[in-house]
Amino acid sequence: MTDLRAAVAAGVLGADEAYRALLRSTVEVARAIFHAKAASVFLLDEEADELVFEAIAGEGAERLIGTRFPSSTGVAGWVLVTRQPLVVDDLTKDPRFAREAAESTGYMPRGLMAVPLLAEDNALGVLEVLDRPQGSPFSLAEMDLLGLFANQAGIALDLLLRARRAQSALEGAGELAALARFAARLEDAPAETRAAGLDLLRALERLLA
Amino acid sequence: MSVLAHEAEQELPAWSLPASAGDSIRLPSSWPDRVTRDWAWGGATGAGVRVCVLDSGIEPGHPRVGAIQHSIAVTKDGDEISIEDDDAGDLCGHGTACAGIIRSLAPDCELTSVRVLGAGYTGSAGVLLAGLEWAIEQGFPVVNMSLSTTKKQYVDRLHELADAAYFKRTMLVASAHNMPVESFPWRFASVVSVGSHEADDPFALYANPKPPVEFFARGLGVEVAWLGGETITATGNSFATPHVSGLCALILSKHPQLTPFQVKNVLHLTAVNVGGAE
Repeated sequence: MTDLRAAVAAGVLGADEAYRALLRSTVEVARAIFHAKAASVFLLDEEADELVFEAIAGEGAERLIGTRFPSSTGVAGWVLVTRQPLVVDDLTKDPRFAREAAESTGYMPRGLMAVPLLAEDNALGVLEVLDRPQGSPFSLAEMDLLGLFANQAGIALDLLLRARRAQSALEGAGELAALARFAARLEDAPAETRAAGLDLLRALERLLA
Repeated sequence: MSVLAHEAEQELPAWSLPASAGDSIRLPSSWPDRVTRDWAWGGATGAGVRVCVLDSGIEPGHPRVGAIQHSIAVTKDGDEISIEDDDAGDLCGHGTACAGIIRSLAPDCELTSVRVLGAGYTGSAGVLLAGLEWAIEQGFPVVNMSLSTTKKQYVDRLHELADAAYFKRTMLVASAHNMPVESFPWRFASVVSVGSHEADDPFALYANPKPPVEFFARGLGVEVAWLGGETITATGNSFATPHVSGLCALILSKHPQLTPFQVKNVLHLTAVNVGGAE
């Protein structure tokens, strides 16, 4: 019977924790792959049309997590809207950008590599990799590698975002909350009631077919 | 309107060619035995060629960009899309970078900025389409698109526009995408799609034997114009693309009669790996 509940809940339990853990892991792995000083993720809040600073590994200020800015401004916004990865090697020459980057990450990078997080036809956000110890420039092969990694991160994020949406639909006043409660009751019910409940479910399915 | 010159006055849908009519549509051609860089753009400056940059705007007065012929912005308010003259400059530096690269190859071309970025993420694909449609209507010979969309509902319209541009002698030069996700319009055969190579020569192109990316141009560590009259060093297909737009402007300023199909041939024949880099 746990199968039924699992099927209805389809991986939504703990989606929030998994989501946070995935974002943390994404920035940590990105930072490690490129031996960078920091890596960060901005996700799109489509309703507000804003980018939200969600996670950082390495140098930077955790307290800035949650900071928002319009979805098409700055380099992160450009990467999101155009779906084009971008590498800038000497940001310090652009005072406006340096300030913007510092304000959004708490850290003033010299160079950065930014790539969109995509899932099918949606852009979910932007992954940025900031600076390397020797300040050596990024190569095209590294951009390709970042693209591949961002693709994997995009797929995982998309799955978790779907799970979060499913969870809110199944919880409390969500549209499908009755379905989740039904599954929970079936699971706890004695064998006979459970069998009758499943019969009823099949009858309902035939009715709706 | 008829596609054939000899029937223009008859206004008939002419989809066929009578046996006797071949001479009446004779197209002059002066291709050399071997197309070289010198034949293709030697001595050319881009003079007389209008290049449109669909991007984040262009900073006015940037020393690497110089004069901008016209700046417009495409914006979206609710469902309403407007196209108006713009004096907001560049919202992030990217359009200025592309314009500076085009200018460095084709110093005398005329630049027009169409700002299609800045309207937020949700409106971006609609704004991009409206900007592209405007550019095609205006008949720019070269349109630089260092951007793409992944929104599938816009693909058909984008495809129609790309084909319309091709037949109206507008070359759409579009950045390819180095990620395993489909985006457009660079995948269409009617545009010139561009990825990056690591060589320093701004005139060096490589023809890709495995499309949909058709050409590789300089895209690594390019010193580009940026906001505040500055320059920065940047990498990406976004910066390879305006190299090809600049080359197209040069070729068309020397050979204005060439169609996008023919210019693409010239690009191919002058590619380093095809042997035309002399």
